[in-house]
Amino acid sequence: MKKIYESAEAALDGLLEDGLLIAAGGFGLCGIPERLLDAIKASGVKDLTFVSNNAGIDNEGIGKLLRTRQVKKMISSYVGENKEFERQYLAGELEVEFCPQGTLAERMRAGGAGIPGFYTKTGVGTVVAEGKEHKDFDGETYVMERGIFADLSIVKGWKADEAGNLMFRKTARNFNLPAATCGKVCVAEVEEIVPVGELDPDCIHLPAVYVNRLICGAPYDKKIEFVTTREREEA
Amino acid sequence: MAWDRNQMAQRAAKELEDGYYVNLGIGIPTLVANYIPEGKEVTLQSENGMLGIGPFPYPDEVDADLINAGKQTISELDRSSYFDSAQSFAMIRGGHIDLTVLGAMEVSEGGDIANWMIPGKMIKGMGGAMDLVAGVKKIIVVMEHVSKNGDAKFKPQCDLPLTGQNVVDMIITDLAVFRRKDHDSKFELIELAPGVTQEEVAEKTTASYDVAL
Repeated sequence: MKKIYESAEAALDGLLEDGLLIAAGGFGLCGIPERLLDAIKASGVKDLTFVSNNAGIDNEGIGKLLRTRQVKKMISSYVGENKEFERQYLAGELEVEFCPQGTLAERMRAGGAGIPGFYTKTGVGTVVAEGKEHKDFDGETYVMERGIFADLSIVKGWKADEAGNLMFRKTARNFNLPAATCGKVCVAEVEEIVPVGELDPDCIHLPAVYVNRLICGAPYDKKIEFVTTREREEA
Repeated sequence: MAWDRNQMAQRAAKELEDGYYVNLGIGIPTLVANYIPEGKEVTLQSENGMLGIGPFPYPDEVDADLINAGKQTISELDRSSYFDSAQSFAMIRGGHIDLTVLGAMEVSEGGDIANWMIPGKMIKGMGGAMDLVAGVKKIIVVMEHVSKNGDAKFKPQCDLPLTGQNVVDMIITDLAVFRRKDHDSKFELIELAPGVTQEEVAEKTTASYDVAL
């Protein structure tokens, strides 16, 4: 079965409709599936719910789909640095569910692993735990959080082989791995697709079983939110 | 003379032990990395998926795929490792990280911390703060002793929405250091910044604490 598609548009063909729950990888602008986000934007589908650690920044990442009003709800841990988000949120046009970052990652992982709920200490005694089931284990109180079962996962990897085995690069792995596992269908974009046999099976981060469709999105012009450097010492 | 930001970070760095794995929050906590004691091997964790944060990169080595949790470009060390966000928070929640240093808007005498939202203002989200305070072995708060309006920040109860309940082990302010033995004990005032008096600290604190100078 061929998983490789010519373009993001082709890879998403037949998968998009209004009201989808989409899990997206990335941390800030690092490792975001930008080609797939652009194709979703171009498709015009709306009322989308995104499960994503962040909401991009103005006109980058999911920020682009906020601008076109295609997003109904965000499930995120941190949404700063985004003026359009702020405007829509304060105007009541955008629904937001704040979820602690580790709980969000675990909710994706759990969903992908077939676990509908789990208990965590994170958020106990805070607004995050209000209205949720609590349970004591060995004298400590935990709160139940739900696994995420998304309609679609969109992720960005570094290299994939033609079978769909995938590797990430440095801190661009972040939410891409758990996000890839929790959707009914996962579409991945990578910088390079190589023939099978070229990736060391011991170094695969995301086994091919999780990747349904694949595109090469290169060349990438990766954006950086804050460039911080040090001076090179004089020789 | 009250401590400045760097001196507060320097004081927090004295809590680092050889072999510690540490997560540093944004702001003053980040400065702690500049004062890791000589001869102590401390590994910094970045919750977006890295152990072994290196210094900022040289200008020609900036890499968009290599950032810290504050979204700043960084570099890797020989001993660094990368992992996904679920793994990152498994090590945080699972108690494998020894120490975290965080900023706060308020801390209560019972060790509650509030540092993520002010009702009525734009809410940006808690990021990883709730996971860190719930899972890391030792929680140090570094903050100004009073707010911009001069109000006490170490108080009987937090008025702002909590990040975590009964989690703080130590508080380092520009005026003083408070510590408690365990989560059932009361905080003790253990140090004063140079030239700061017990009376000044008492005047600017509404929380109840013991004095153990």
